[in-house]
Amino acid sequence: MSPEVSAESAGLAVRTRGLRKVFGERAVLDGVDLDVRRGEFLALLGASGTGKTTLLRILAGLDAATGGTVLVPPVRTVVFQEPRLIPSKRALANVVIGQGRSARAKGLAALAEVGLSRHADAWPATLSGGEAQRVALARALVREPELLLLDEPFAALDALTRLHMQDLIAELCARHRPAVVLVTHDVEEAILLADRIAVLREGRFVTDLQVGIDRPRDRTDPVFVELRRRLLADLGVDSHAGTPREEVAR
Amino acid sequence: MSTAVQGLVAPNPPRAAGRAPALTFALRAVGPLLLLAAWYAATASGVLTEDVLAGPQDVLKTFGELWADGQLPEALRVSVTRAGLGLVLGASTGLLLGVVSGFTRLGEELVDSSMQALRAIPFLALTSLFVVWFGIEEASKILLIGVACTFPMYVNVSSGVRNVDRKVVEAARSFGLGRLAIAREVVLPGALPSVFAGLRLATTLSVIALIAAEEINVTAGLGYLMARATDYLRTDILALCVLLYAVIGLLADLTLRLIERVTMPWRRAVSIR
Ligand SMILES: Nc1ncnc2c1ncn2[C@@H]1O[C@H](COP(=O)(O)OP(=O)(O)OP(=O)(O)O)[C@@H](O)[C@H]1O
Ligand SMILES: [Mg+2]
Repeated sequence: MSPEVSAESAGLAVRTRGLRKVFGERAVLDGVDLDVRRGEFLALLGASGTGKTTLLRILAGLDAATGGTVLVPPVRTVVFQEPRLIPSKRALANVVIGQGRSARAKGLAALAEVGLSRHADAWPATLSGGEAQRVALARALVREPELLLLDEPFAALDALTRLHMQDLIAELCARHRPAVVLVTHDVEEAILLADRIAVLREGRFVTDLQVGIDRPRDRTDPVFVELRRRLLADLGVDSHAGTPREEVAR
Repeated sequence: MSTAVQGLVAPNPPRAAGRAPALTFALRAVGPLLLLAAWYAATASGVLTEDVLAGPQDVLKTFGELWADGQLPEALRVSVTRAGLGLVLGASTGLLLGVVSGFTRLGEELVDSSMQALRAIPFLALTSLFVVWFGIEEASKILLIGVACTFPMYVNVSSGVRNVDRKVVEAARSFGLGRLAIAREVVLPGALPSVFAGLRLATTLSVIALIAAEEINVTAGLGYLMARATDYLRTDILALCVLLYAVIGLLADLTLRLIERVTMPWRRAVSIR
């Protein structure tokens, strides 16, 4: 290994080389090379069924890859599309699960960060969708991960809650600076939050670009609009012909 | 190419389940084979004498003789029929009552308390009463086995039905399915794991109840064979019958597990997402 390579790779949080995942006959991931720097926020876009969740689960260590190498930090946490709270434990107990008694204070602080101090004693079934998802976020943050994996964490939320959650994520990630991989369908969300955006198609990245827009980002900024148009095209949505879903939704 | 990066580790995903089938089979066979070997060693070395327990080779020989002269096939036919009829009777009663009590509020109020009260009666205590009520012929035996099988089925099915995902039930209702359709399309498939758990318990109980039922004045069946063997102190026949009871239970369980696989294909492809 040359000195430059190790110097460059010292600041990495994720490195995959030639990552493959095959289901039956079909290679869903076919040679994915991905580097994510420490503290970097990467948004992962891709049409439905392109293997975003598959990639995320491999990074999380939940599924095995069929081939290739994967390197990730030892402490990594996941927020899934649905909250996945343990119904028999109250909100706070869910946040500090497996962390020992001393974690109570940290758990309360994490709940406060997501604005749920008053719900520490609530049962998961009594929380609204957005609240439950925020508890799941607190559960992921309280472990001080070096890599935070988010699989469409806002997908099941209403538009307003979703905006709040996006702000919350942006704020918390800026404060804690974990490396983040966010899977999303929402191009605007990706541009708003991410430092870098990658588009997955047919098992590989077809796009991998830096978002060079200063924060806070403005949706009406021409650079924003142009980037959005380009990403939609990469996703196979032709914004000239017909009415793509992204347009209709707004 | 070296991919080592300071501070990073390879994730450690759970290993895909599944050993080679041959190895699994071999591992499963170890326990029973050891037991068989211990039995043989104990009898061959004289630690267990013939009047206490016959050795496996004697039991095998007796099996050959009884099978050849037709006594054993006839006894098996009679006993398996009894247990089978009782099981079908009890399991279907338990299934029906379980679904009714688990799925409808009224059903629970009407059925559950009486079932819980009846369940407290040990079915063995009913043996003599059933003879008085239903005679010494087959009816009393089959009914006794049926009663024994009803309760494990009822308890499992009603709790399984109650635990079916309410969100899915609600969705089905919103798509205009009626109660019966929901029970058939959503609730029963959802409760199938519990149904099979109940069925497997009921199967075990049906063999136990069979033994109790065959204490009542029998003229045929495995129980009859055992009663006669007791009179002549034939430990080889006794051991054989005990083994046969076990084999019946084992075969029934295997069959159920096979049916379980076939009727729940969605569980085979299971993966957490
Ligand atoms: N356990 C499995 N067995 C077989 N095929 C699978 C399995 N898991 C995923 N797949 C297939 O792999 C492909 C990628 O799935 P994945 O869930 O990663 O897609 P995705 O990009 O997350 O899609 P979405 O945006 O809809 O969530 C899909 O076509 C899916 O059918
Ligand atoms: Mg997905």
